[in-house]
Amino acid sequence: MPSLKDVKMKIVGVRKTKQITKAMNMVASAKLRGAQARIESFRPYAAKYKEVLAELARKVEGAAHPLLAERAEKKGCAIVLVTSDRGLCGSFNGNVIGQAMRLAKEKAAAGMTVSFSCIGRKGRDTVRKSSFNLVSQYPDRMGSIDFPLASEVAQTVISGFEDGTFDEVWLVYGEYVSMGHQPPRTLALLPLKAPEQEESSPAVDQGPTCEYVYEPDEAQLLAELLPRYVKVQIYRGLLDTSASEHAARMAAMDNATRNCNEMINSLTLLYNKTRQASITSELIDIVGGAEALK
Amino acid sequence: MATLHLDVVTPDRTVVSAEAEMVVCAGVLGEFGVLPNHVSLLSALKIGALRYRVNGKDEYVFVSGGFADVNNNLVTVLAESAEMAADIDTARAEAAKRRAEERLAHRDEKVDATRADAALHRAVMRLNVATHR
Repeated sequence: MPSLKDVKMKIVGVRKTKQITKAMNMVASAKLRGAQARIESFRPYAAKYKEVLAELARKVEGAAHPLLAERAEKKGCAIVLVTSDRGLCGSFNGNVIGQAMRLAKEKAAAGMTVSFSCIGRKGRDTVRKSSFNLVSQYPDRMGSIDFPLASEVAQTVISGFEDGTFDEVWLVYGEYVSMGHQPPRTLALLPLKAPEQEESSPAVDQGPTCEYVYEPDEAQLLAELLPRYVKVQIYRGLLDTSASEHAARMAAMDNATRNCNEMINSLTLLYNKTRQASITSELIDIVGGAEALK
Repeated sequence: MATLHLDVVTPDRTVVSAEAEMVVCAGVLGEFGVLPNHVSLLSALKIGALRYRVNGKDEYVFVSGGFADVNNNLVTVLAESAEMAADIDTARAEAAKRRAEERLAHRDEKVDATRADAALHRAVMRLNVATHR
């Protein structure tokens, strides 16, 4: 039987942990709302971009833009890994990193040298410990993601692709599907696949679109648009990962708070039992003493 | 009078969403005006001013490149950053201009001249647009 004081101390400790997890849950939910709002405001840009690019790509059929070309011989592969900076968000980072590592091993088995570009500290730490090459890292930036950051990342992979260091570029991030579901997702960044125009998109019934005027000509416009599309996709990955991180943390902290409650309950029970046991033994002592005096 | 709908969209927000009588953009091949029933057009834009007219009054927007899509009386401008003339932070633009000028003045290997040039261009254009508040 533990002593009364020990149990009391333990209850106080668990109660303090509960306060922290509860506060973290609330902070995460506030941040999640902000992240969701940013995804919302990015959506019109991304949707329009996709629409314009799909339209243009259809026009310039079989365009031989360097960023679109699938290379026959593949030697180098880059993986852009987006994770969070901080832990305490359940298995979220583990899942994303696991997916990236599987992809990396697959590519390494196919005879490619794999290089990582990491946004977020968690992914960077794992890659640093692994045998893979870390070419660029952006730790402690997930709290302040913006489009220029996405541009910077995109610029490094695009120049790597253009000078032949990378023949393939992948993006691995945590997709934000809903509050309870943030699966890791792998996306091929380069060579670019032009987005398909969706059949149900409103652009189809906006009247004839065939007599578009292009300034400058289609090929030049495409050269202008394609690199930016990489940035758009990376930015999307950043926004999604940030929202997913907060959602995952909320769920993890909610769980932790619940566990704390359970623990406090069982400890309180133990405390009462211990107290009663000590009272009983004291009573036995007193009764025994009185009995002896008779 | 016929109008067209103008949307200026950046990755972070929709800067302008308005019915306009006319839109004038700075295309890479020169400035062009868009009136209602304009032919479908897709044009890359230069860093510069975008002007649109609502009820006979001109409004100015700073646009940092990007492109404009005109289709079916709907003008969509996609830019990495854009600001209404009234929202431009002139102090920040002044500072950016000075910084870029300084960088260009003391050229050495460390200074990325093209980037400094672009930054200078953006700052000057921002200040230009800001005069039209």
